[in-house]
Amino acid sequence: MSKFRLEQRTQHSTGAAFMVPLVAVFLTLIGGSILFLFYNVSPINGFHALLIEPLSSLYGVGEVLLKMGPLLLIAQGLAIGFRANVWNIGAEGQLIVGAICAAALAIWLDGTTSPFLLPIMVVAGALGGMMWAGIAAWLRTSFNANEILVTFMLSSIALQLLYYLVSGPMRDPQGFNFPQSILFSSAATFDLLIENTRANTSLLIGLVVTFAAWIFMQRSLMGYKLIVGGTAPAAARYAGFSEKKSIWLALLIGGAAAGAAGVGEVAGPLGMLQRNISPGYGFAAIIVAFLGGLHPVGIIFSSALMALLYVGGDFARLSVGLPSAVTHILQGLLLTFYLAGAVLLKYRVRRVRTKQPNILSKAEDTS
Amino acid sequence: MTATIIFLIAGMFAATVPLLFAALGELVVEKSGMLNLGIEGMMAVGAAAGFVTVALTGSHWLGLAAGAVAALSVSMVFATLSIFFLANQVATGLAVGVLGLGISAAIGKNYEGTTVPTMGKIDFGFLSDIPIIGPSFFNHDPIVYLAIIMAIVLWYILKHTKLGLVIRAVGESPESANALGYPVSRIRFLAVLFGGAMAGIGGAYLSTIYTSLWADGMVAGRGWIAVSLVVFGSWILPRVAIGAYLFGAISLLELSIQGLGFDIPSQILSASPYIITIIVLVVISRNRAYIQLNSPRSLGQTYKSSH
Repeated sequence: MSKFRLEQRTQHSTGAAFMVPLVAVFLTLIGGSILFLFYNVSPINGFHALLIEPLSSLYGVGEVLLKMGPLLLIAQGLAIGFRANVWNIGAEGQLIVGAICAAALAIWLDGTTSPFLLPIMVVAGALGGMMWAGIAAWLRTSFNANEILVTFMLSSIALQLLYYLVSGPMRDPQGFNFPQSILFSSAATFDLLIENTRANTSLLIGLVVTFAAWIFMQRSLMGYKLIVGGTAPAAARYAGFSEKKSIWLALLIGGAAAGAAGVGEVAGPLGMLQRNISPGYGFAAIIVAFLGGLHPVGIIFSSALMALLYVGGDFARLSVGLPSAVTHILQGLLLTFYLAGAVLLKYRVRRVRTKQPNILSKAEDTS
Repeated sequence: MTATIIFLIAGMFAATVPLLFAALGELVVEKSGMLNLGIEGMMAVGAAAGFVTVALTGSHWLGLAAGAVAALSVSMVFATLSIFFLANQVATGLAVGVLGLGISAAIGKNYEGTTVPTMGKIDFGFLSDIPIIGPSFFNHDPIVYLAIIMAIVLWYILKHTKLGLVIRAVGESPESANALGYPVSRIRFLAVLFGGAMAGIGGAYLSTIYTSLWADGMVAGRGWIAVSLVVFGSWILPRVAIGAYLFGAISLLELSIQGLGFDIPSQILSASPYIITIIVLVVISRNRAYIQLNSPRSLGQTYKSSH
């Protein structure tokens, strides 16, 4: 007879950090196979449509890169907050407000050919996202209001704000009352990254931010203070690190990243402000951040995988008729398995022999 | 005017049922020290499972039961991960919430836009005929009254029984409860399952009786409002229940303000529950000491039993 017991690891295990996400992906594949059978789709066809088809054409690869951009960008921002134990789950709203701010500039300055318009729009979007997240930071630091609930509520409010603006003040006057803005001029849109695809240069923002996030989290004192505040609040207080500052910083960084991602959408594949600007990137980025182990490098891989799932979901709907809900279930499964496996990052499983059977086995030995 | 008053009072009772069930469930969960942020997904699963069951069998009671069982199964994933795999409760709650929304969409896919008959109302005889009072208070389906009974029973259990004391002890100090010999993990596990089932009933009521129409995403943030209600009520059951009724009434204002002919953009009205949630949250949370005094001490913290 043996029993399993969890023992706290004394050292960080790099092996486990690589194994856990891989095992989570593997288990998700098994879970997905069962799911496909429910829809009378053979797992091989299902996963072929989901994971292989998107990567077997240039257009498909472009779509994956297109979706990877915002996920990477938002997840890098959120991961910094999560490591500081600040739970910004409202990136979707910050993305929307960022998109609105950038769109306002594009509409107001329509007709300019200035090369500065797009960079200014990115800055405006980041500021918009920061402002929206800043509300949550202010309410948390000044009034102790839970940022999880506030950021979520702010997302719903941002969506209504968007609906109001595209059906009124920011609507295209010549647009036959369609709830959308004018089409942005070419000065207000990102260039294509690869010809004949929709992937655009906004992906580069994500890559630059990834590098910045790596420097910030692994190499800067400020990043270190944030992490200490998140993992050992008492130690952080003792060392004199300000909790309020951490909350502000964590939320503003997350908001800026999400806001900039919003610009990538309206000034990218959409080219205008409309009712649907994000297929839930802000929420999916939470999964991306965790799956990447809240580490800037890990998030590159997890955002690529999640983008592949998004695009593959579309392909699978067309080629084998899987409903779009499957994508969400797989996303949820992936994070669920990862979190279940993450216990192995902190603990190791030990087999402990219980006493009584030991005596029995000794008795057997002597006989 | 009387019509508006009746509409508001009668409507409030029905609109509150999903919120009340979910919030009461989450209250029990949080009293045991667990923080389940996946309530939205669990309500969605309950709503879909309940709707399909009613569409197939025609029985609302079976629909509510199916909603409870389906959401309970999803909450079991959360409970297993956060209690036995020691996973972070916030992250796990969000993950299971996403999973629940996906499962809900998958279950309800073939029923998009369809309707089921709503549940019959109880006839209270002469009581139902009293002007204003009759149609406001005595003209509802049985679940409206069941929700109120549920609130009273749970209040009694939490406050005046040994079971309630044990749940609260586990939430306040799992170490001490463990030292006294109570199985902390098992109690928390069961509390989470109970909360999941309650969220499922709330969701099933929403889809089969309140709207009696299936549309993907119909839970529309109610799960999050339920979580907020527990904070509003500062973990005190009667306050959580009153908060739920206030929110039920607010959700109707949207309809009645438009009915009264005020010219307010519909988006402001749609956003109002969330704006009000934030304002109330700020007002309640402002008093840090009060929140600290009332919230279960181990809320959201992973507990690892020492043996």
